[in-house]
Amino acid sequence: MEAATRSLTAKLKKTPLCAAHRRLGAKMVEFAGWEMPVQYRGVIHEHLAVRSRAGLFDVSHMGEVEIRGSEALDLCQWLTANDVSRIKQGQAQYNLLLNEEGGIVDDIVVYRLGEDRFLLCVNAANTEKDFQWIREKAAGKASVEDRSLHYVQLALQGPVAEKILQPLTVVPLQQVEPFHFALGNVAGNSCLVARTGYTGEDGFELYCDPADGERLWSRLLEAGADAGLEPSGLGARDTLRLERALPLYGHELNDGTTPLEAGLEWVVKFSKGVFLGRESLLRQKERGIKRKLVGLEMTEPGIPRSHYPILKQGVAIGEVTSGTKSPTLGRAIAMGYVQTGEAAVGNTVAVEIRGRQAAARIVPLPFYRRGRTTNSV
Amino acid sequence: MEFPEWLKYSKEHEWVNVEGSVATVGITEYAQQELGDVVYVELPEAGEKIVKDDPFGAVESVKAVSDIYAPISGTVLEVNDALPESPETINEDPYGDGWMIRVEMSDANDLKDLMTAEEYAEYVEKEKEAEEEEEDEEEEEGEEEE
Repeated sequence: MEAATRSLTAKLKKTPLCAAHRRLGAKMVEFAGWEMPVQYRGVIHEHLAVRSRAGLFDVSHMGEVEIRGSEALDLCQWLTANDVSRIKQGQAQYNLLLNEEGGIVDDIVVYRLGEDRFLLCVNAANTEKDFQWIREKAAGKASVEDRSLHYVQLALQGPVAEKILQPLTVVPLQQVEPFHFALGNVAGNSCLVARTGYTGEDGFELYCDPADGERLWSRLLEAGADAGLEPSGLGARDTLRLERALPLYGHELNDGTTPLEAGLEWVVKFSKGVFLGRESLLRQKERGIKRKLVGLEMTEPGIPRSHYPILKQGVAIGEVTSGTKSPTLGRAIAMGYVQTGEAAVGNTVAVEIRGRQAAARIVPLPFYRRGRTTNSV
Repeated sequence: MEFPEWLKYSKEHEWVNVEGSVATVGITEYAQQELGDVVYVELPEAGEKIVKDDPFGAVESVKAVSDIYAPISGTVLEVNDALPESPETINEDPYGDGWMIRVEMSDANDLKDLMTAEEYAEYVEKEKEAEEEEEDEEEEEGEEEE
């Protein structure tokens, strides 16, 4: 067997919670230049805890870019696909930074902090690229600041997240709807409390001062202990987001992939006016896309993984972008791109796994949607 | 961590139980801990030949795939058919029900390259220390930076 953990090189960035993770027995790995906990007690254990109770994630590796000034909204509108004017102060929005060709520079969440103030939560691997990109396009018309080191970000996710968090804060959480946020104290620490996440469950993302990070982390774990809250790592975060078919930059998304191909057309608001990439996307829409992101479920043994070829009658028709054995469903699942003509749900294809072909079926996305067992939406 | 004395060990973290010319092979306690939850196993079929230091199968956690390397050369006599159905057995009982294959060895000299339990325990300690040293160095550096 190969040594399972890649040894950590000395140049990795650390979140202020690194020591706390080690004390909890976390297995630390490199992710996007950061030393991060991949698991504590086990990926499956943590995954199921988030689905049934709650998990607490340190996601401080995520980057934050703040855009300020009288032209801040115009800049956001120009640089992104979604209509930022639709969100008011206290609201958040899933959005995409696009290049001229309509390719995805990053997928982000925009928080409207004020009329002229926007906080963009960006992917760790893209923080530097995004910051340079935005600053270059701003051309001095708005203030653009990389605020990534000014925030610790914790994600409290799962059906009992609100029950755990409410006793620690005066923020009326029931009034904080999905993709909304409030500013307030949590266990004595000043926080931005957002009802957002990356797991497919209800939950919150808390942004606080790095100096308060460890205290907030400990207080949340204490407060949630009786409810079964588990510290959870990037391993579970990945399997949770994959079941919910939330894309991961570098896997489903990259600079050469458009939102139309990635099933993210719902994010693109052509009607809002001009924005970077709009013309290219309109052209692509008119001509039709050549490949499309689909869901796959294996019907023969094997686990599909990133970059495994997808075949139809022995001919390559695409490639897997993410795959795992779903802890919730107990089946091997994947997302991947296939030629548009082969993308229909129900189509039988094969995934090449270490030189062997294993049958799979194209299935609707997502694989998992919360509340489906209780029939609520 | 437990490394039974009657087994021999490879640097790739497989164990070998030798009975005459037949070797039973699995992965060690350390290996299963490093892997995490095993959710899939791919093994050769009886009759297949395996070659020392070449991969003969794979174990997968939810997160990743790891090759399993043959600690000895020979012909596969028997495969643990229970593993594909319940791969978590490798986590729960790596030296017992988690065994992977039984092999008719083609060259007893292959065993000379394997470690005793004591040697392997030292080997694992060194691997862990190397990791921890790196971690400590990082921590010191981190403090200096702040």
